[in-house]
Amino acid sequence: MTNGWTDVANADVVLVMGGNPAENHPVGFRFVMEAKRLRKAKIVCIDPRFTRTAAVSDCYVPIRSGTDIAFLGGLIHYAVESGKYQRKYVEQHTNASFLIAEGFGFENGHFSGWQGDKYDKTTWQYELDASGNAKTDPKLEHPRCVFQLMKKHYSRYTPEKVAEICGCTKEEFLKAADLITVAAAEDKSGTVLYALGWTHHSFAVQLIHAAAMVQLLMGNIGMPGGGVNAQRGHANIQGSTDMGAWNMLPGYLKIPRANLTTIEEYLKANTPKPLQAKSLNYWGNTPKFFKSLLKAYYGKKATEANQYGYDWLPKIDEKGDHSWGAFFDDMFHGKLEGLISFGMNPVANGPNTKKMLTALSKLKWLIVAENFETETAAFWKAKTLAAKDYPLALDEAGISTEVFLLPAANFAEKDGAFVNSSRWLQWKEAATDPPGEAKRDQEIIAKLFLEIRRLYEKDGGANPAPLMNMSWDYAKPAMPLLSEIAREVNGVDLKTLKQLNGFGELKDDGSTACGNWVYSGCWTEAGNQMARRGQVDPTGLGLYPQWSWSWPANRRILYNRASADENGQPWDKTRAPLQWDGERWRGDVPDYKADAEPGSLPAFIMLPEGVARLFAPDLVEGPFPEHYEPAESPVLNALHPEASANPMLKTYSSEPVAFGKAKDFPYVAITYRLTEHFHYWTKHTSSSSELQSNFFVELPAELAAAKGIVSGDKVRVSSARGTLEGPALVTKRLRTLMVNGQKTYHVGLPIHWGFVGKITGPLINNLTPSAYDPNSGTPEYKGFLVNLEKI
Amino acid sequence: MIVAKLIDTTLCIGCKACEVACQEWNDQEYTLGTFDGSYQTMPDLAPNFWNLIKFNEVEKNGGTSWLMSKYQCMHCADAGCIAACPAPGAIVQLANGTVDFAHDNCIGCGYCITGCPFDVPKLSPTTKKVYKCTLCSDRTAVGLEPACIKTCPTNCLTFGERDEMIRVADIRTRELKADGFKDAGVYNPQGVGGTNVIYVLNDVKQPESYGLPKDPVIPWTVQLWKGPMKVLGTLAFVGAILGAFFHFVIYGPQDPEVHGHDEE
Amino acid sequence: MKCKGHMSKRSSRRDFITRSAATTATTATGLAAPNGETSNGAHIPALKTAHTTKTNSICPYCAVGCSVTIHTIGDKARNVKPHIVHIEGDPESPVNRGTLCPKGASLEEFVQSDRRLTKVRHRAAGAKEWTDLTWEEAIPMMASRIKASRDKGFVEKDEKGRTVNRLGNVAMIGGCTDTNEINYLLSKFRFSLGLLAYENQSRL
Repeated sequence: MTNGWTDVANADVVLVMGGNPAENHPVGFRFVMEAKRLRKAKIVCIDPRFTRTAAVSDCYVPIRSGTDIAFLGGLIHYAVESGKYQRKYVEQHTNASFLIAEGFGFENGHFSGWQGDKYDKTTWQYELDASGNAKTDPKLEHPRCVFQLMKKHYSRYTPEKVAEICGCTKEEFLKAADLITVAAAEDKSGTVLYALGWTHHSFAVQLIHAAAMVQLLMGNIGMPGGGVNAQRGHANIQGSTDMGAWNMLPGYLKIPRANLTTIEEYLKANTPKPLQAKSLNYWGNTPKFFKSLLKAYYGKKATEANQYGYDWLPKIDEKGDHSWGAFFDDMFHGKLEGLISFGMNPVANGPNTKKMLTALSKLKWLIVAENFETETAAFWKAKTLAAKDYPLALDEAGISTEVFLLPAANFAEKDGAFVNSSRWLQWKEAATDPPGEAKRDQEIIAKLFLEIRRLYEKDGGANPAPLMNMSWDYAKPAMPLLSEIAREVNGVDLKTLKQLNGFGELKDDGSTACGNWVYSGCWTEAGNQMARRGQVDPTGLGLYPQWSWSWPANRRILYNRASADENGQPWDKTRAPLQWDGERWRGDVPDYKADAEPGSLPAFIMLPEGVARLFAPDLVEGPFPEHYEPAESPVLNALHPEASANPMLKTYSSEPVAFGKAKDFPYVAITYRLTEHFHYWTKHTSSSSELQSNFFVELPAELAAAKGIVSGDKVRVSSARGTLEGPALVTKRLRTLMVNGQKTYHVGLPIHWGFVGKITGPLINNLTPSAYDPNSGTPEYKGFLVNLEKI
Repeated sequence: MIVAKLIDTTLCIGCKACEVACQEWNDQEYTLGTFDGSYQTMPDLAPNFWNLIKFNEVEKNGGTSWLMSKYQCMHCADAGCIAACPAPGAIVQLANGTVDFAHDNCIGCGYCITGCPFDVPKLSPTTKKVYKCTLCSDRTAVGLEPACIKTCPTNCLTFGERDEMIRVADIRTRELKADGFKDAGVYNPQGVGGTNVIYVLNDVKQPESYGLPKDPVIPWTVQLWKGPMKVLGTLAFVGAILGAFFHFVIYGPQDPEVHGHDEE
Repeated sequence: MKCKGHMSKRSSRRDFITRSAATTATTATGLAAPNGETSNGAHIPALKTAHTTKTNSICPYCAVGCSVTIHTIGDKARNVKPHIVHIEGDPESPVNRGTLCPKGASLEEFVQSDRRLTKVRHRAAGAKEWTDLTWEEAIPMMASRIKASRDKGFVEKDEKGRTVNRLGNVAMIGGCTDTNEINYLLSKFRFSLGLLAYENQSRL
């Protein structure tokens, strides 16, 4: 979240789209209800299903799964054409005025530079002046300025076209657009709450970009009650992201590519240059962040002479891809020997379950640390436990994977910090010990690490240097304390051995160590900031600066400089998260230089442009979000049938099954959580199992009637990947949508079941495709095609 | 002091936190059910399930609305269950207005079930005793709110002195009317002397759409017993000839003020 | 009807406490209270959290980040394994102000589930069942598997002669209830092996 849960209460309009907070974040939703009750905020809910969020919203619009960019593009068109956008904000705080290179354009579903299978992005770049700064037209009139290009790009997204693609009515779209654009007023703000309803598409990153564009046009970024807010779905999903997965190191630093053979080359390639004369370009400090991380990793072994141990970090091949889809595909083809899983359940939560099961059966060994026996740990029993779903799976005797299932501690048995959606690092204490022989993760990891190191010391083997030089300076090496690790993450001045106060103190000369620069300040000489329980709220906006600690720098609203005008005064006089008092900024921790005058720097200090990007040249499939159909769709793209799906859609040619066609699989399937359950965990508990014991298939009343199905009838749902069976829940809450003139139906599939647990049921990922977003590598779990039969 | 729960159904999101908090606090045994075609946890309250969110899909103005509201013992001022109960000391009314069961004295006859216009008490086939919401009498006894109230994320549920709750409900009703819900109102049925669980509804003219009876009254059969028996009950009090003698003595509900004296 | 109507644990606890209280009352007055009379509350059980140790924690489910109070019996002395009697929302948290959702409200059962794993389990190649291992057996076994795969799959220099120090044949995945500190420790573990194929629930 750019803002935070408590801040949602400041909103004048709440756009809930791609998420269902009343069901999946009920406690966070209390701030939505507070805004509704106390500020008279309007809740606008856009969702294929009429959910519990829809039930309490002021405006509900059903859209076909995967058509969100069409809807948001329609909003951009509506705002620009009707003048309902915050002009001064757009001029000051976005790249609307930046000029783009000659030759940029969009035709037949492709941006300029399309080469049949990839883009040459030359024409997507800013036009620079002699000193390397972007050329601008502050009046936003130049035909090649971002504003004019944006206006042209979205001119196709008329209300009629939106209705045709999304399946809502034009009137419904316009009602929502009217409510949402109320926030264009300087003194009004609107928030956007989204979740996996957006990220589970093969154009997910572009979708969120589209939301950011809407929010920038409304002047909502940096505002209290504004922002683009991801409602994250697990306790520490934010922290896991911050600490680096996929191709990231901690703190959003990139893992080096193989062509960057020295630290100098790495830093040159990864440290951005400012694109405006006055831009603060905070990522210009990358050398400080990176060298401090290497000092944390390799301790005294990291010296200037050995490039701070740069060689010991693994390097990704220029063409290498180690994302989820890629390595499970490798596993499927027998290229991997082992998998270590700490608390993750890919058989349940990976797309295309059959592929997951086959992939795991090709491993030599699998290590799983868990609270419960999961589908992944028990994958070799799938044939026995769920023969109907996996008739062709290997039986136990045919699976030679050796499996270790380690009993791990639960949250209540461990201390440490979780980062919530608001970016608040909240420390918890252990209340008890793990049951039986279960162990805490730090002990499991440390014992494995030390034993592997011992084996290399004893027997030698493939280059042991990265292993031997990794620092492990804990008081009890086999049982590190999480407080020790937290202090290492915060960072230390290696000369004084004092904890750092924040990333402003990091150095690029090897004299500071810091495990994650964005967390620097979380455990200072003053102690553990994450355990703070202060109640004060000086701005009255729910920022609670002394409750826990928020990254970065305890800032509660990102981009908060943009909440004030050119004189540093709040756009809305009644809500001032940040204000210039003539000498310094007061309120929240400024996302700006604390003593810099309002006009001295542009507001978006983390970007080399110094302003926010309506036009984003670095994305894979285009600088503006464009509506593409999901990998499987009931219709061709109404804007450009010749380029229907995302041209850069990521998939693997070796998929065991191809994508399905609408003639065989005519219905659009969506997957989701229910408020009664949590992911694949609570099927192990009696309480959630009591609330909803049974898997079900949610069906629109009209479709069910046509097929003679009533609630409780058993149905079979099939896709090109597999099938599942369950009872139908027939409801009028699922509406028939008219898409491109044809009736379109959704089939709803709640996710929470599997073949182990107190309650069992089919895994819905039997049906989902292995299609991925090309920017993030996240699978398309929503908006795929299925067929439905009564059985 | 008479206490009350206020349920503002306009703020209910059907999250069922109150259901679970009730189960967890009261150490209920959970049961796994079969699918019955609804998001509702089970069709009705049960001996080991005292707090149920009812889900009602209603067709209104050409669109679908999904109404959710919490259902449990209403802790009536004139409680039909008490009027109907023949077992001495089995159903008691606490000084704060809570209608509570003392299960040692329950004989499992089920008369209270007939006496309840809200169909709340449920007979356990296992223990042969009747169960329902206690208003978490163990919590309220030490000044804590009931478990359902504590957990409710959206302020749909509040708890406090009854007069204050009625005042809050009235304020909220005015807000809703100003927001365009002209039929908004407070559900506090007088047929049972008012309840210690009161509701704010968007449409008070149609409480049935929330799963609430329109004009609940104590059944006439129970009313009939209640009049004469009340006299006997008073006699019993004076003469201390109760227990074995009148196996089904019925002691009628009293005014809250009268109850107030006996607080210990 | 779904519910089979089991007797609740609370009911039995209430009955037990009530029984002793009622006995006292009957002895004192010679008879049970008439129904409907204002009760002295003798049947009301004692508050189960009256004498517990309270620990501050955070709910492990979604990322709203609700603070919870874990009530345990036992003061965390060395000889005591605390038993959790109740987990509830922490009223001081500005996020949840004491409230919790239905999953959070049931944490007590989640932590103490009878399905929790309590022993290291091992499944040999082709086996139909789990067998138990001790940690002392399991750690060297796992370490030797990891080392054998690393020795086979580690690339110190690529075909162009560039130092890459990467491991290609082992993957690692992490869940989203690992704390920051565990994630950081996993990053050290990962890079000490040279492992690149690492994904997290956060990216699915």
